[in-house]
Amino acid sequence: MNNFSIDLGLRPTTFDLWHVCLAGAVLILCLLLIVTLIWAILAGRRNKEHSVVTSPPEIKIVEKIVEVEKIVQTPAPEPIILKEASPDAACLLLSLLQREARFIDFIKEDMSAYSDTDIGAAARIVHQGCRQVINEHFTINAISQDVEGNRVTLNQGFDANAFRLTGNIVGEPPFTGTLVHKGWRVDDLHLPKLTEAHNPRIIAAAEVEL
Amino acid sequence: MNEQTRYSVGIDLGTTHCVLSYLDLHTSEDQQPVLSVLAIPQLTAPGSIEEKTQLPSFMYLAHGAEIAEGETALPWRNPAEHLVGEIARNLGSKTPIRLVSSAKSWLCHTGVDCKQDILPADAGSDIPRVSPFLASKAYLQHLCDAWNHLFPQQRLQDQHLTITVPASFDPAARELTVEACKAIGLTQIVLLEEPQAALYSWIEKNGNDWRNHVKVGDIILVVDIGGGTTDLSLIAVTQDQGNLQLTRVAVGDHILLGGDNMDLALAYTVKAKLEKDGGKRLEAWQLQALTHACREAKEKLFNQPELNTIPLVIAGRGSALIGGTLRSELNREELNRLLVEGFLPEVAVSDNPQSNPRSGLRSSGLPYAQDAGITRHLAAFLSKQIHAVQEFKDIKLPEPASFLHPSGVLLNGGVFKAEVLAQRLMTVLNNWLQAENAPAASLLQGSDLDLAVARGAAYYGFVRQGKGVRIKGGTAAAYYVGIETAMPAVPGLAPELEALCLAPFGMEEGSEQNLPNEEFGLIIGEPVRFRFFASKTRRQDTVGTRLSNWNDEELMELDEIEITLPEEGHQLGEVVPVHLSSGVSEVGTLELKAVSRRNQQQWKIEFDVRTKEEESAQP
Repeated sequence: MNNFSIDLGLRPTTFDLWHVCLAGAVLILCLLLIVTLIWAILAGRRNKEHSVVTSPPEIKIVEKIVEVEKIVQTPAPEPIILKEASPDAACLLLSLLQREARFIDFIKEDMSAYSDTDIGAAARIVHQGCRQVINEHFTINAISQDVEGNRVTLNQGFDANAFRLTGNIVGEPPFTGTLVHKGWRVDDLHLPKLTEAHNPRIIAAAEVEL
Repeated sequence: MNEQTRYSVGIDLGTTHCVLSYLDLHTSEDQQPVLSVLAIPQLTAPGSIEEKTQLPSFMYLAHGAEIAEGETALPWRNPAEHLVGEIARNLGSKTPIRLVSSAKSWLCHTGVDCKQDILPADAGSDIPRVSPFLASKAYLQHLCDAWNHLFPQQRLQDQHLTITVPASFDPAARELTVEACKAIGLTQIVLLEEPQAALYSWIEKNGNDWRNHVKVGDIILVVDIGGGTTDLSLIAVTQDQGNLQLTRVAVGDHILLGGDNMDLALAYTVKAKLEKDGGKRLEAWQLQALTHACREAKEKLFNQPELNTIPLVIAGRGSALIGGTLRSELNREELNRLLVEGFLPEVAVSDNPQSNPRSGLRSSGLPYAQDAGITRHLAAFLSKQIHAVQEFKDIKLPEPASFLHPSGVLLNGGVFKAEVLAQRLMTVLNNWLQAENAPAASLLQGSDLDLAVARGAAYYGFVRQGKGVRIKGGTAAAYYVGIETAMPAVPGLAPELEALCLAPFGMEEGSEQNLPNEEFGLIIGEPVRFRFFASKTRRQDTVGTRLSNWNDEELMELDEIEITLPEEGHQLGEVVPVHLSSGVSEVGTLELKAVSRRNQQQWKIEFDVRTKEEESAQP
C-alpha cells in the first residue's frame, strides 16, 4: 500500500511523465486565458464602435455634405451657356404682325402670279400694320445720331456690339470712318402678357362665320 | 391724412373711352403736384393682356363656345366677369350683334329704362342683353380692379374720386352714374362736368402761368368734341377781392355728335365710291375696316399738307391677301368738303341747327343729332345764352350784341388734333365777333386733347383740398315740376299746365331749399308722377316761381319724376299733406324730397322712373 506524504524538501531530479503532463496543462491553460482575454478586449472594442454608429445621425450627414462640396470645388471647365430665344415671344410677335398687318398671309402667298399694282396694294396693308405693331410695342432709336455718309470717330473702348467695323480694319483706336448705317436699338419694349391657358403657337385662329 | 387715402383719382367715363388719372396728395406744399395716367391692363385679344392708357367703353357678350377656357383671365380675376375694353371692340368689329357700345349716351336718353336689358339694341332675340347701367358699372369695375391690383395698399374705395359727366347730363343720368359707382363700393365720389375738367387740366398744365393768359371780364368757351358727344360750356372770369374767380355760367344741350361721326362720314363716302365702281355692296366688317382706314388717312392728310391723296386698301378676310383687296382713295378735296364744310360750315351766328320731324324709328335708337354742323349748334348755343353773364358787373357786352361774345376758346377732344379743324372753328367764331366789332377770341393753348378730362378730374380732387382755384357753378339749369291748374274741365282740351320752380339755376353743392307754401296731398301707397322740366336760360327764377306760359326754347321737358309714399306708419289710401324740397348733394346730384307737413318725415323723389308701362304707353 502506498503511503502519500508531503515532503516540501524533495526536489525532482528528472522529468517524469506526471510533471511533463502538468507543465503541458499549465501551458494550455495559460494560452486559453490569453485567447479569452484578447477576445474579451476585442469584443469590448467592437461594442464601443457599435455605440458610435448609433449616436446622432445628423453628424454623419453633415460630414457627407462637406464631402460633396469638396467634390464640387474641384476645378472643372465652365460650360458654355447659349441663351435660348423664347419661342413664346417669337410666336407672340408673329401673331401680332398677322393680326394687325396680315404678315403671314403676305409671306405665305405666291407673288409671281400678281401684278406690281396688286402687290403694292397689299404691301400698304402690311406696311401700315407692321408699323403700328412696332411703334406700339417697341421704342426703337437710331444708335448713331450722325447723318449717314458723314465721317465719325470711334474712341478707345467703344461698344463693339453697337458699332460694327468693316473694310480696312488696321491699327489702334480711335478709328475714323464713314457712317454707312446708323443702326437701330430697342430702348424699350412691352409685349402683351399671355394668360396661362393661351396657346401661343396658334398665331391666327381659323375663322368660321355662322 | 391717413396713408390709405393718398391719391386724388379722376375717371373720365367717356362714351367711347375711359381714362383714369391720379395725383399724389402727399406732395409738399411748394411742389407742383405730379399727375399720372394709369396704364390699364386689359385683354386685347383672347389670351393676350396689354396695358393701355385708354379703356375702350365697349362690352362684348361672348357666346359660351366662342372663347376657350382660361383665355379671358385678367391679372386679378379668372375668368373675367365681362369682356370690356380693347378685346370687346376687336371681337365686336366682326360680330356687331354681340357688341354693347355708347352705353353712356343711353343713360341720358329720355324714354328708356336704363336698368332694363336693352343693349345691344339691334341684337336678335336669342342673344343675351344687358342694361346701359350694367355696362357702365362693368367699365367702372374694371378700372377699380385695375387700380386695386396696382395699388393694393391704397384701394380705390379709399381715395378721393372724381367722376366726370357731360355738362349736359340731366339729373337722372347723373344719379345713375353715382348709383353705378356706389354699386361697386365707390362711395367717396364727386361729379365734375367734363368741360370744367378740361379747363382744370389747362390750368394744371400752365401752372401759375395761367393767370397771365386770362383777365377779368373774359368769357372762356369750352368746346369738347368727344367720340360720341359734343359738349359746350361758358366760363366767366371775374374778380373777387383781387383774386381771379372762375364761374361756369352756361352749358349746352346734349348733342350726340362727335369724332366718330366724322370717320363714319368719310367711310360712307368711300363706300359709295366703291359700290359705284365695283357694283358690289360692302359688308359690315368691310365698313369697319374702311372706317379704320379712313381715320388713319384723315390724320395723315390733316397733318401732312403736302399730301393730296391717300390710297385706301381693305384686305379680304381669307388668307389670300394680295388678290383679295379692295382699293379706293381719299383725297384732300373730299376731306375738306366732308369734314371741314360738313361739320364746321361757315354759317351766320343767326343760323340754327336744322331738324326734321323724326320718323317713327326714334324709340329704337339713340337720338343722334340731325344736323352735323357743329358751328350751327355753337351759334344756337351762344345766341341762346346771350344773357348768361348779365349778373356779373365785370363783364360788359358791346351793344348791340346778338350773341354772347367769348374772348377765349379752349378746345378739347381728339378731333382737334387736326389743326385745320381747330383753325376753322376759330375762323368761324372770329367772323361772328368781327361782324359785331368785338375783339377776336384767342385760343388757349397747351392742353392734352385725349387725356385732359381725366387729368383735370384728378386735379379737381387736389383743388378740393383748397390748393388751387376752383370753378364755381352749381346746377347748370333751373328745375320745375308741372302742375295742372284748377279750371273747369273743357272737353278735348288738356288742363293748362303751370311750371313751379323747385331748384334755381346755379344751386350750389350741399345747399337745400324748401318750398313751404305749396302743399300737395299725396296718397299713401299710390305712385304720384310729376312732369319735370329744366331750363338752361332762366336764371332769375327762384324757388316757388310759377310760370304759366313759356316757349319750347326756354323749358325742356325731362322724364317724369315719381314718388310713392310707403305704408310705414300710415293707412293705405291715407292722404298726407307734403311740401317739396330740393337740394344738391355734395356728390353733385340733384335731390328732390317730399316733406310731411305733420311730422317732417321725408321721402325721396325718384328720377329714374322710365319704366316698361311708360314705354308701352307711348305710341
